Amino acid sequence: MMSAKYLAQGDLSAWLGALAQGRRVLVPVRENGAVVFRPYGPGVAPVLSRQADSPPKESVFPSTERLMEFSYSKDPENLGKVALDIKETVNAPATVVFGGRPCDARGFTVFDRVYDTKAIRDPYYAERRASTLFVTLACDAPETTCFCNSVGSSPVDADGSDVLLTPVEGGWLVEAVSERGKALLDAPALKDAPASAQEQAKAAQEAAVAAMPPAWDAAPAAAKLIEKFDDMGFWDNVSAKCISCGACTYLCPTCYCFTVTDERSGMKGERIRTWDTCMSFQFTLEASGHNPRPTKAYRLKNRVGHKFSYYPDIHKGPIACCGCGRCIKLCPVSVDIREIVRLAMELPTATAGKP
Amino acid sequence: MPILDELKAAIAKRLPELDVVIGWGKGFDALHHTPVFITSEADLDKLELGPLSVQNLATYLTRYPKTKKIGVVVKGCDSRSVVQLLQEKLINRENVVVFGFPCEGVVDLEKVKRALEGQGMEIARVSEATFQGERCTLTTGGKAGSLPMADLWADKCNRCQYHDAVMSDEFVGQRLDRKAEDAYADVAAFEAKPLAERQAFWQEQMSRCIRCYACRNACPLCVCRDQCIAQTREPNWVSQRTGVEEKFMFQMIHASHLAGRCTECGECERACPVGIPILLLKRKNNKEVLELFDYRAGIDPEAKPPLLAFKVEEEKINERGW
Ligand code: SF4
Ligand code: SF4
Ligand code: SF4
Ligand code: SF4
Ligand code: SF4
Repeated sequence: MMSAKYLAQGDLSAWLGALAQGRRVLVPVRENGAVVFRPYGPGVAPVLSRQADSPPKESVFPSTERLMEFSYSKDPENLGKVALDIKETVNAPATVVFGGRPCDARGFTVFDRVYDTKAIRDPYYAERRASTLFVTLACDAPETTCFCNSVGSSPVDADGSDVLLTPVEGGWLVEAVSERGKALLDAPALKDAPASAQEQAKAAQEAAVAAMPPAWDAAPAAAKLIEKFDDMGFWDNVSAKCISCGACTYLCPTCYCFTVTDERSGMKGERIRTWDTCMSFQFTLEASGHNPRPTKAYRLKNRVGHKFSYYPDIHKGPIACCGCGRCIKLCPVSVDIREIVRLAMELPTATAGKP
Repeated sequence: MPILDELKAAIAKRLPELDVVIGWGKGFDALHHTPVFITSEADLDKLELGPLSVQNLATYLTRYPKTKKIGVVVKGCDSRSVVQLLQEKLINRENVVVFGFPCEGVVDLEKVKRALEGQGMEIARVSEATFQGERCTLTTGGKAGSLPMADLWADKCNRCQYHDAVMSDEFVGQRLDRKAEDAYADVAAFEAKPLAERQAFWQEQMSRCIRCYACRNACPLCVCRDQCIAQTREPNWVSQRTGVEEKFMFQMIHASHLAGRCTECGECERACPVGIPILLLKRKNNKEVLELFDYRAGIDPEAKPPLLAFKVEEEKINERGW
């Protein structure tokens, strides 16, 4: 770790105010029982005692994004001739996401391997990612749905974050974990951290790791899920209770599928990109009317397989799930992805196959 | 005999003639039950019943082919969904076996969450929970807490008129024969607010919507599902945008498609991951339907829902008095 600072609880709003100079700062706030990320401003009280219900995914990957504006214009000399004017629109405001959890920030490392690579760079994503910093709060008490320690992460994981806060007596120990994060530490609200705070933070981090339920290794699931690809009996069973909404995917910090539509009215319109979800019938619906994923069993297989098998396979290791547990906690019927992965690893395969 | 054992015995008796029986079992933590699908006697051990049995399992009935023989365990309110599905011929009477019981009520986990937060505890860290008589006792992170049950019942249970299933093939336990009043006071209070305030309320609430359609998919009577107007591309009725307008538009579609059909099971609102109080919209419609047509959905399998019927002259609609 680099330079360490101390933030007293009473100085939180002073620091947030400083961060908000010339930037948008998103903080978790309570709205009718739900905790969601909203812009910080005077009087806004961040909720730091628990994980937010919606992750800060919108900060870098908005649910609706305008890719371009277009307009048609008729040539007054020849009305049969129509010109098309296209304007690309990239919107990447300077942003700090404050008070997310390690899983929230780590989620974007999953996106990075897809949207910002040597071969393909998605400018919309990449520019917003570059203009967004994460000040993350280490978790001091896991929720019943948390399993970050089973997917190669931990409640104090700084992967994907720029600054890590650890709760200590009367405030937080503030550590920069990236070069970009260092710049955020240069604020009068932050004091040099006394040695005692550093020791407390170390103890708090160890306690946080120890408080997690025992880790199980999700890595072997990659091969097991492929083995079960054609075992539709297995998939029918584990998906029986799923009602095919998209809540699990829209709340997931690592789900990155999108769809593109043209929204046109008269001579003007825009091409937008919106979140998609593999739990929906439309996801792979082909123009012919054929759907390669005709039932919820096929769709749930895609979700679990993508995260725990196909993605780790393509990217040589990392699992596309950060273990945040939102898909379990907020699923209306409590579908438990941990259970599905474990059953896939434990149960014998009835009909082995390859995709 | 405890009611759960009675239920297991009743299911065991009917199981040989059924493909599957849907009930509740233990969920991922001490505060959750989850749907379980019973296909053999060995599965009966998985069954649970009590104030955490919140999901309306009738929603699964239309997810199977009509030819499947399905058993379903229902609370009083859920039984109304079954009746409504029968009225609309969306399920086959002879292929469904309904297991009813006297329901004391279910807890609203939102209320548990708020009550615990008041005591500095987090619902997501509860390791133990028991519901006994008037109190619910909980343990989180080694700390014990106790909440009065009176504060935790779902709103629908506080105004429940149908604790005992309105129809069932197998009824276990003693009927409660209890009935509360429901004068739609919540709707009336909302209607009393100025229009601008009501509009501002929905704009703020809907701004949080993630357009996930959990509200739609949890609803036992929302049966278009894959063909839902909100998602069709050809024609593209509703934009894919996630602005407040589109999101509110969808709720209006949902509410109007449920007018006179919605049985107020509350699943749409319970399913919403970001706590949007959409049941209020459904209750508004139901209040109108009750006032205009004297009709409550899902009570009588032989009745015809008013918006699926046609009368030249409606008694309470003044069609020619302009
Ligand atoms: S797993 Fe749960 S949240 Fe996801 S689609 Fe199925 S029912 Fe909805
Ligand atoms: S799959 Fe579930 S647990 Fe994993 S990152 Fe997504 S929401 Fe979190
Ligand atoms: S509304 Fe009535 S029947 Fe339904 S859960 Fe509540 S008490 Fe039970
Ligand atoms: S609209 Fe809501 S309350 Fe009405 S039947 Fe559907 S889920 Fe139940
Ligand atoms: S469940 Fe809630 S968030 Fe999802 S579409 Fe319905 S209102 Fe929106």
